[in-house]
Amino acid sequence: MSVLFSTAIWLVAITGSAWLFRRLGQYASDNAPRFRDMPYGVAFGYVLGVVALVWFALAYLQSLSSDPAVANKFFFLGVAINGFILFSIAAWIFRWVGRKVGTDGTRKLFRAMPLTASFGVLVILIYAILAIFAGVIAPYGQDEILQGVAANIIPGGDPALGGNPEFPLGTDQIGRDIMSRLIYGAQNTVGIAFATTLLAFFIGGSLGFLAAVVGGWTDQILSRGVDVLMAIPSLIFALLLMTIASVWSSRLGIPLTVFMVLIIAVIDSTRVFRLARAVGQNIVVMDYIEAAKLRGEGMGYLVFKEILPNATAPLLAEFGLRFCFVFLTIAALSFLGVGIQPPLADWGTMVRDSAAFINYAQFAPKAALTPLLAAGAIALLTVAVNFVVDWMLHRSSGLKE
Amino acid sequence: MTDTLVEIRNLWLEGRSDEQWNPIINGVDLTLKRGEVLGLIGESGAGKSTLGLAAMGFCRDGVRISEGSVTFDGVDLLTASAAVKRGLLGKRIAYVAQSAAASFNPAHRIIDQHVEGPTQHRVMTRAESEADGMALYQKLRLPDPDQIGFRYPHQVSGGQLQRAMTAMAMACRPDLIIFDEPTTALDVTTQIEVLASIRDIVKDFNTAAIYITHDLAVVAQMADQIKVLLKGDEVETADTRTMLSAPTQDYTKSLWAVRSFERPLKAPVVAGSVPVVSVQNIDAAYGKTKVLHDVSFDMHEGRTVAVVGESGSGKSTTARCITGLLPPSTGQISFGGEVMPADYRKRTKDQLRQVQMIYQMADTALNPRMSIGQIIARPVEFYLGLKGAEKRAKVNALLEQIEMEPSQYYNRLPSELSGGQKQRIGIARALAAEPKFIICDEVTSALDQLVAEGILRLLAKLQDDLKLSYMFITHDLATVRAIADEVVVMKDGRVVEAGPKREMFKPPHHPYTDLLLSSVPEMDPDWLTNLLRERGVDNIGDAAVGKM
Repeated sequence: MSVLFSTAIWLVAITGSAWLFRRLGQYASDNAPRFRDMPYGVAFGYVLGVVALVWFALAYLQSLSSDPAVANKFFFLGVAINGFILFSIAAWIFRWVGRKVGTDGTRKLFRAMPLTASFGVLVILIYAILAIFAGVIAPYGQDEILQGVAANIIPGGDPALGGNPEFPLGTDQIGRDIMSRLIYGAQNTVGIAFATTLLAFFIGGSLGFLAAVVGGWTDQILSRGVDVLMAIPSLIFALLLMTIASVWSSRLGIPLTVFMVLIIAVIDSTRVFRLARAVGQNIVVMDYIEAAKLRGEGMGYLVFKEILPNATAPLLAEFGLRFCFVFLTIAALSFLGVGIQPPLADWGTMVRDSAAFINYAQFAPKAALTPLLAAGAIALLTVAVNFVVDWMLHRSSGLKE
Repeated sequence: MTDTLVEIRNLWLEGRSDEQWNPIINGVDLTLKRGEVLGLIGESGAGKSTLGLAAMGFCRDGVRISEGSVTFDGVDLLTASAAVKRGLLGKRIAYVAQSAAASFNPAHRIIDQHVEGPTQHRVMTRAESEADGMALYQKLRLPDPDQIGFRYPHQVSGGQLQRAMTAMAMACRPDLIIFDEPTTALDVTTQIEVLASIRDIVKDFNTAAIYITHDLAVVAQMADQIKVLLKGDEVETADTRTMLSAPTQDYTKSLWAVRSFERPLKAPVVAGSVPVVSVQNIDAAYGKTKVLHDVSFDMHEGRTVAVVGESGSGKSTTARCITGLLPPSTGQISFGGEVMPADYRKRTKDQLRQVQMIYQMADTALNPRMSIGQIIARPVEFYLGLKGAEKRAKVNALLEQIEMEPSQYYNRLPSELSGGQKQRIGIARALAAEPKFIICDEVTSALDQLVAEGILRLLAKLQDDLKLSYMFITHDLATVRAIADEVVVMKDGRVVEAGPKREMFKPPHHPYTDLLLSSVPEMDPDWLTNLLRERGVDNIGDAAVGKM
């Protein structure tokens, strides 16, 4: 009840001060158009934004408090704000460098780039480097069990907490270096997700365009087939198929990961099919396609020379989003135990292995950090990819004008 | 109360593109008195629409007013507060857009959208406004005025919708209406009705109007004053009769001269010669709807056959039958005396090569991701089998043929060209196949008169040089007069009249041909008045067609 009451008081206060803010603005600026024509909602938004900002600043100060009971409460918020500031600065510097270095084309690209996109590009670049050079960068192997090292999941390497400076992010229950596993995780999880998405696009894209160009019965059969596949909840469908595949994989001697890639690719290709067909149908009715048909061009020329170049923008944007979904599906399957199999390091499994520690977040936030590191890595990449995709969509829509 | 309603002084507008501000309107002045109609003309990109919107104190996104003032009845619209503008727009200033079909909300009935303005501005109650709307529909000669408002926008025709939009603009009895090309998208027969209705209602309510168009003959009927714009600069302003009889500037004169292009008459076709393309008794249908009934005509070498008719008359369907996209249900199409397979997929490469097509919308006819060079090179390579330097030389020759500099345009994308240039590329692509016969589907109707005339002259020159035959689909009789040798008039999927051009423009006509011919606006400012008197008030456009 008191929560409701205080929320109501806050609302009334913000509502009132928004009105006051606009009034004072009009008075102070001598009725300039900016304040004169300001809708009330905008004034409300400004005030709400300021209140939220103040709350964040206060919470951040609390997280720096010397009293651990207070500091722990706001520990993760503090980490998030630190990360936010750090990444903003990094993104800004990255863009600044991009504007100075490189060819004319890349410089122009960076000049028109919003900060969110440069953040996304930077994060993706870091992940790519980690994934490609995992073997060089990671101090230990992903499945290397370090003998004689006490298991310690508290990061920081503080000896007072039982840590070891050689393992800055700690070691897991059976004595493997968590940092090395995180780095290898980039290789396994991201690499497999990338391969899966590519496969999904190859299947869905080519069938989708085929349906759009040929139409008629081909279109009906393909589309209805896709409808059937889409009618089954995808995660449950994937789980079911993975269970069947796990029997086959041991019988045929093919790694389960291969089955996983195939299964997720087929399930996800249904969404790609829908998009490719819709985009393709819009292009097929254009006069230049009719001109090409009347010229007597074959199917290959129509699809690859006339349709595909005009469909790249939406397909590329979808690729980014689809990649995130595939990535999350793999993490989810791994978390449930049927995805990427141990001893390969992967983020979903890492979250599962130490998930129980999340319960400590209230009073011992550092102990909860280990599962959240892997989860954070997934979240960060998803956000980064979405930023880049948003930017590409914006660019492609701008080009049309 | 002063006599001047709108006053624009030294107005400069800029638009944002390529990360910088480029001028759109350069210091234009404009004065409009109460009850006066001002015609704004110019080719596309001249800034007519931008200026029209600026007269409402409004800019599109990415456009800004950098200097100048816009005063409406003593109120400075550029510094007025949002509240003051809200009180004016819709109530005292109204806007009629080019495409009524795109401007009505398809989810609401017409009358519901009509009453929005008056009720919002508290001019009338909903019931009053509905009654008034019906009265306006009556005045605008809409059929069934008591009921038409209760239909959805897709249930009425384009011309009717345009009139309903004019009624909507009139709903609050504004002092000023801005018409932005209200008849450009309409047929000549429909255009007349809309023009007559607009003119009457503007006169009856003593409303001032700014009428934006690129059609001189139209503006001559509507406006008291004409202002000519060229690339954001004012060329000249004068009252309509002075402007038509004695334009002072060269540019204005060139606009006036466009309609004078006419090719010399050719000798009649030698009897017994084999036609290049012969359409013989074709019937065609989309699904179960039959759209062509027993259509036959011949096209001979080096001659142009214009196929005329309003939209829905089956002109384009005939073209689709000839190209083989829509195989006719009965009848046949022969090429040089030989019968061609009905379906384009069954035709040989050489048969496909002989029939080429130029499209109405050059925007959708050129692949936006291919360069000009690639677009023209493809048929060269595909049909003639040329490669490398030979191919390049052929493309360059084609570009020169359409009067475009090869080195400058070879690597450009279609989006970097103007509408007329794109249409030229469409012509080059058709020529690249070295055909005997080209179908031109409304190739000039999306272009300004000056540009369109350039295209017509080019097509005429190419025909003389290469002995091409054209099938020229159009609804514009001025184009027919300019380029055709023979004319085929179509209505409801049938050929109504066919013959040499000279006979076509000479009475006696089929009544439908007569209607079409008399509906083409002429430069004479009294033309519409005289025509209406001749036809009688109830006998224009749709009504006349219905009686036949």
